[in-house]
Amino acid sequence: MLARSGLRSTRILNGARNGATAFTKRSISSNSRASTESPMKLNVTVAASTALAIGSVAWYYHLYGSTAHAMTPAEEGLHPTAYPWVHQQWLKTFDHQTLRRGFQVYREVCAACHSLSRVPYRTLVGTILTVDEAKELAEENEYDTEPNDEGEIEKRPGKLSDYIPAPYKNDEAARAANNGALPPDLSLIVKGRHGGCDYIFSLLTGYPEEPPAGAQVGAGLNFNPYFPGTGIAMARVLYDGLVEYEDETPASASQMAKDVTEFLNWAAEPEMDDRKRMGVKVLTVTAVLFALSVWVKRYKWATLKSRKIVYDPPKGASNNVRS
Amino acid sequence: MAAARPFYNALFRRNWQMLGAVFGGAFAFEMVYDTSMNKLWDNLNRGRQWKDIRSKYVEEE
Repeated sequence: MLARSGLRSTRILNGARNGATAFTKRSISSNSRASTESPMKLNVTVAASTALAIGSVAWYYHLYGSTAHAMTPAEEGLHPTAYPWVHQQWLKTFDHQTLRRGFQVYREVCAACHSLSRVPYRTLVGTILTVDEAKELAEENEYDTEPNDEGEIEKRPGKLSDYIPAPYKNDEAARAANNGALPPDLSLIVKGRHGGCDYIFSLLTGYPEEPPAGAQVGAGLNFNPYFPGTGIAMARVLYDGLVEYEDETPASASQMAKDVTEFLNWAAEPEMDDRKRMGVKVLTVTAVLFALSVWVKRYKWATLKSRKIVYDPPKGASNNVRS
Repeated sequence: MAAARPFYNALFRRNWQMLGAVFGGAFAFEMVYDTSMNKLWDNLNRGRQWKDIRSKYVEEE
């Protein structure tokens, strides 16, 4: 844009300077009157129009050019650090020892407020717990039976097919117990939050000792820079040594946060191990088949690609080649 | 060309032979491929899967 207007202005200036060739220039130049006016006026005109052009572009960019954000950075929340999760590599499964620890953290810490309502006990069998452990865990809770002959609904101990019970009867009870804030269900939280595992780990470990100077923290809220809006109803829960791991892993706050994050990732994607294993098989076979098909194509096309077409003009007929 | 003769007689001479070879080959390939890829997978994820830590938690046996 600038370069083109610069070209035009030099052309105009040339036309003004070479009065002798002005007549010939007139037919070329778009501004035919320019050649007759004085150089000073021309310079001023060019400078003014250039300034106007630059100014209008700058004004337009000022109005519409910069990226528009619906929210302030504080309302977006701090972007979580990208952590090198091993279980997110293409060829890695979940670390099931970690899942077991994470489930322990969920059961002893998170389950006080957060439900995990889409995970039945049977999915824990063979991934996190043995059958006996899972049955024992399920039997700790009571579930409604089908109506009996009198239509009464009784209670029975839980079975493997039952879902992990929620800490509150319904959302209203959850809100009432938590100062009006609803603790979200954690079954799909890794998929349901921007940033996934990184966000949840950062959130759990990101509570500062005290809010930074000038930060507005509402009543009953806690400051966490990673939470959109920075005011989160959940207080910091993970402190060193809160949980005693059965495999004697030191239960630092970040260790617990990492374990529970991977566990929640499992809860959201229990099929991940099988999906990746199947993916490796499919991609390997597909790669071989693709290479084969490329080879076959080249084989079939070899005669077409390597032939040479030569025009051999008829001898002694230089004047009418076309006949 | 003469070496290909037994192959031709065994595989392509009759259609049912050809079909049998294709289906049997697919079956055998699937078994071999699945087993070897699973082995590779378990090797890549040694110590991470439930079957690797199961022995720590199962009581009987």
